Amino acid sequence: MTSLTEQMGLSTWLGQKRVKLGLIIMAVILALIYPYVSSLYFLSLAIEVFIFAIFAMSLDLLLGYTGLASFGHAAFLGLGGYILGYISSRSDLALNLTSNILITLPLVIIGTALIAFIIGFFALRTSGIYFLMVTLAFAQMLFSIAIRWSGITGGSDGLAGVARPVIGLGSFSYEFSSRPSFYYLVLFFFLLSWWLLRRIVNSPFGWTLRGIRENEQRMKALGYNTFRFKMAAFVIAGTFAGLSGMLLVQFFRHAAPGNLYWTMSGQVIVMLIVGGTGTLIGPILGAMVIRLFPLFVSSYTERWELLLGLLFILFVLFAPKGIMGFLGVKPSTLLTQEKRPSG
Amino acid sequence: MENFIIQLLNGLVASMLLFIMAAGLSLIFGQMNVINLAHGAFYLLGGYIGLSVVRRFDNFWLALIIAPLIVGGLGVIIEYLFLRRLYGTHRHLDQVLFTFGLALVASDLIQWNWGAYVESVAPPTLLAGHIPVFSLTFPIYRLSLIGFGLLLALALWLFLERTRLGAIVRAGVSDAQMVSGLGINIHLVFAGIFALGTALAALAGVVGSPIRPLYPGLDFEILILTLVVVVVGGLGSLQGAFFGSLLIGMADTFGKAYLPEFSLFLIFAVMAVVLLIRPAGLFGLKENGQ
Repeated sequence: MTSLTEQMGLSTWLGQKRVKLGLIIMAVILALIYPYVSSLYFLSLAIEVFIFAIFAMSLDLLLGYTGLASFGHAAFLGLGGYILGYISSRSDLALNLTSNILITLPLVIIGTALIAFIIGFFALRTSGIYFLMVTLAFAQMLFSIAIRWSGITGGSDGLAGVARPVIGLGSFSYEFSSRPSFYYLVLFFFLLSWWLLRRIVNSPFGWTLRGIRENEQRMKALGYNTFRFKMAAFVIAGTFAGLSGMLLVQFFRHAAPGNLYWTMSGQVIVMLIVGGTGTLIGPILGAMVIRLFPLFVSSYTERWELLLGLLFILFVLFAPKGIMGFLGVKPSTLLTQEKRPSG
Repeated sequence: MENFIIQLLNGLVASMLLFIMAAGLSLIFGQMNVINLAHGAFYLLGGYIGLSVVRRFDNFWLALIIAPLIVGGLGVIIEYLFLRRLYGTHRHLDQVLFTFGLALVASDLIQWNWGAYVESVAPPTLLAGHIPVFSLTFPIYRLSLIGFGLLLALALWLFLERTRLGAIVRAGVSDAQMVSGLGINIHLVFAGIFALGTALAALAGVVGSPIRPLYPGLDFEILILTLVVVVVGGLGSLQGAFFGSLLIGMADTFGKAYLPEFSLFLIFAVMAVVLLIRPAGLFGLKENGQ
């Protein structure tokens, strides 16, 4: 299938810098005018897609670029959401404090980064399959805490009635109360995250991460402290996931334990597999496909888990490189297969 | 003191159940390098098939045979149709992801067929009742489960260490390609091990059902505990599965009895300490699972 698209020249066409830039500008313009042409329902879907795109891109930094297969990434989505939900539930504090993004965002970022550091400290001692199991186990621990520690987390009901986000500085204050205003807020964070992550993966730091993915032993021999690099990647990925979790809870106005559950960790991996790992754009496409998937199978939504599982199996078996692989876009590597010296 | 002994026995019961699960998971990993995330789903499926058999024929012993047979057969089919396509040195992640998809599908189909109720199975009449332990009593069924787990551990150990087939399996753990080069049909061994592993999960589901009621979501709870066991014990080794199960089973039981607020923390604290001291697990054969 790849050869077919290559014959059509699609991948070379997509590979050109001008074409890439043009496509990106077009997409951004479309995203900006979208609220004026879309119904409220489709606007909500777009908000969901952007939030999950941030979440999926953050995992791509780990899975796609560093080669760390985390199966517990929902831990940070849920954590970011619960931190926001808890701040919002503190009715003893003034509302313009607990809903102010300028206060909640730093708290969410510091909180998720701290927990990511602690989990990473233990999990990054392992690699491969062990890393996968340990991250899954830690995420499950957070899920169990969220269920049991009901005084803080609201137990299995979660924390409902989360306040709408407000941005307030001095006497200036703006509430993102309408759907379109919240859409622009999410779009802003999405573009910011995409831009930052792109900067990160294309920096020397990002290339070091790719080196660790390709051959960690060699990077160690070159004198890199790979543990620190992996830790930095783990904390950055956790923080962006926390940001997406915050937005998700602000959108649904409800911090739910389901956001911490392993099906959520699995779902974001599905997004990566469907879209293609190590590309950043792939996870965005994957998030789009998976979140819009129920639209096409509306009559079967009760069997959503079943369909998600089947989709997963089909992609793993038949298209392990995802949509981006289908389009002929390869994840960026240090050396392409052709250039690699023989032997 | 009496309470302590009861908790000790309960800890042993939990450990043996975990051991049956962890042995299957560890066998599959040791042989095929696959972490089967559908292992919990096979446990639940085994339990529910057992429930249906008990309801229909009123015979627990029959369930003990039928459920592992059906689930083991399903394991062979899955290995043959799907997993076999994913063998290869760089496709470990794909294999794990495949079993995750399988877990989702299985858990949904189970809920479709058996509903979302909490179902419990009565222990067989032969093993019903209690025996006195000092001034308290302890269910005979639980006590016999401890014996069953120990016997199974012994049988698996004898199989792996003392039979020709076991030697092939152990050789496959070290170097599957070399075993294949010696003229042994390694694909058949893989299929057999996957069947044995899934059948063990189903067996655990049946023997566990009188103690732990079945409900959707149990598959994942069991899976996580089993994963912690193999992380602590070390993947691919029977001793690791056994002692890991004892450690986690005891930590879980005593934690719930004496520190209910921190019981979950205790298990993960044990895991964290083991990871700090021995990242490959207490009896890990493969360094860091690479």
